[in-house]
Amino acid sequence: MTRHRHSSKVVTASSLLEGDTVWLTADDRWTRNMSEAELLEDEAVAEDRLLFAISQPDIVVGAYLADAASSKNGPIPVHVRETLRTKGPTNYVHGKQQQEQPVALARYFEEA
Amino acid sequence: MYQYSDFDDAFVRERVAQFRAQVDRRIDGGLTEDEFKPLRLMNGLYLQLHAYMLRVAIPYGTLNSGQMRQFAMIAERWDKGYGHFTTRQNIQFNWPRLADTPDILDALADVEMHAIQTSGNTIRNVTADHFAGAAADEIADPRPVAELIRQWSTDHPEFQFLPRKFKIAVTGSPNDRAVTRAHDIGLRMIRNDAGEAGFEVIVGGGLGRTPMIGKVIREFLPRTDLLPYLEAIVSVYNALGRRDNKYKARIKITVAENGLDEFQARVDTRFRQLRSHFGGADQAMLARIERSFAPPAFRSAPLGRFETVRETDPAFRSWTDTNLAEHKAAGYAIVTVSLKAHGATPGDATSSQMRALADLAERYGHDELRISHEQNVILPHVHKSDLPEIHAILSEHGLATANVGLISDIIACPGMDYCALATARSIPIAQEIAQRFDELKLEHGIGELKIKISGCINACGHHHVGHIGILGLDRAGVENYQITLGGDGTETAAIGERAGPGFPAEEIVPAIERLVHAYLDLRSSRKENFLQTYRRLGIGPFKAALYPERVDANAA
Repeated sequence: MTRHRHSSKVVTASSLLEGDTVWLTADDRWTRNMSEAELLEDEAVAEDRLLFAISQPDIVVGAYLADAASSKNGPIPVHVRETLRTKGPTNYVHGKQQQEQPVALARYFEEA
Repeated sequence: MYQYSDFDDAFVRERVAQFRAQVDRRIDGGLTEDEFKPLRLMNGLYLQLHAYMLRVAIPYGTLNSGQMRQFAMIAERWDKGYGHFTTRQNIQFNWPRLADTPDILDALADVEMHAIQTSGNTIRNVTADHFAGAAADEIADPRPVAELIRQWSTDHPEFQFLPRKFKIAVTGSPNDRAVTRAHDIGLRMIRNDAGEAGFEVIVGGGLGRTPMIGKVIREFLPRTDLLPYLEAIVSVYNALGRRDNKYKARIKITVAENGLDEFQARVDTRFRQLRSHFGGADQAMLARIERSFAPPAFRSAPLGRFETVRETDPAFRSWTDTNLAEHKAAGYAIVTVSLKAHGATPGDATSSQMRALADLAERYGHDELRISHEQNVILPHVHKSDLPEIHAILSEHGLATANVGLISDIIACPGMDYCALATARSIPIAQEIAQRFDELKLEHGIGELKIKISGCINACGHHHVGHIGILGLDRAGVENYQITLGGDGTETAAIGERAGPGFPAEEIVPAIERLVHAYLDLRSSRKENFLQTYRRLGIGPFKAALYPERVDANAA
């Protein structure tokens, strides 16, 4: 298990107005695309970035640190729950995937 | 149906106005999220995985065509063109924007509906038998009593901050279709030896992380004592229930920790104090409410083409075999419209489907619709001569699936596709099971079989009382599904037994298939359903079917 090793994190939250999933970027913006998020390798830095997120209650709700991995296209989720948050539900092409190229459900997780 | 008084209307509209101001203050920074959250929850507004979710109560599952059309309008105007009917006779909209929610609540108030107390540690939407007022086996229509309880519990000043949420279900029939034994309070109408109607009062049932079948706290409660007795129970719970541990805060734990005898004694003491305070006002209210639930004027007419179409149209025949229930009036039937087309999301209806159902209710069904806890829609009063036409219209809207009570009529909570609490998805599992057994063309041969799926331990999908229950869990970031067997949500209620280790998502449908084939091999006749076979033989042969590699290992 990875309990004692710090895994990479991203700061994520819900936007106040739509409830849509957002991530914190390195230049202090909130993005709706996880690949633009800041990947936080250091635990102390991650905690500091989370405090910065929590200090913006007029923009986001429920900020927390989520495990993430790096990829050539930026941070990607490691937990299925976070994968769902990057795309939307699997029973309809709704949510974030609606704005993107629709993906066949069979390919939903492969493209995470 | 009950119609709002001027008081009801003013109360609901005032709440909407208050909430509108609260939303404005949240958006302009006047309220923090910590301040706002309890206010939005009081009005049914959750924040889920992808968006806000608004949960609207459908009191005791009853609505008319105008209310159904308003749901269709709300879904189209402020959501994504559909709504999700839940296991507690609510409808949930999955995609509203925060700023739009006061307008949605205003639109609901226009048709005498609201989202008050659909969340929070309060008395929630009172649920009832979805066949109420129509069922042949009924002692009396439970809805007037359910409406009385709704009025008593709504904004009840003593019960706005209970230790935990509180759910009441009521049935007027000895055949329990309202899962009364899995509620904080269950009320079952019965007659005493003198022939008087009253209630068997059941307390401390519930599913979730500590599933318990409710216990009878009062074998026969006269109808006139109902409200003071309910108030006594909730009042004792409010004082005695634990507030130090959320997982021990439900009344089922209060009753278990204090013992039924002690709890009952305290309730009796409180009841004696409270009884005189009601002074008959509640009974006067009940009498007024009862008048608005007068049965419709049933007609006496020949059955028309009903029998001949049954002879000639196999699809119609199959649908009438599975989706009709016995009505108390001659020539009438109760129609259950399945929201479980094979591969569809259980409980979802599009705006156009909602309008089709509203039209059918208006034209053929005395303007009444019901939502069942099994996530289907009921046309409670339909004359059999109208059934061929109704079936044809339902077919045009993808609503004529003949599967009520069968393996594809699955209860599933929204699961991790939507819910912030979920640990695994429920909907895709339900979709895959339904599609698989449809492909196998087995479901009518299997007969009655209730599969219920929850995406977390909180058990909104009632998995503990499914003949086959499926519980989705998180195992190190991956979905995993546990199976329970032998659960029952009716008057012979039982909590299912866990079969063994869980299955990864891709193995759950084959596991269900092995279980069903085992049942088909083991049943004594086609008349013995899955639950009966399970009760006759116990879990052994079903475990063997689920885990064949273990049997092989033991043999070797």
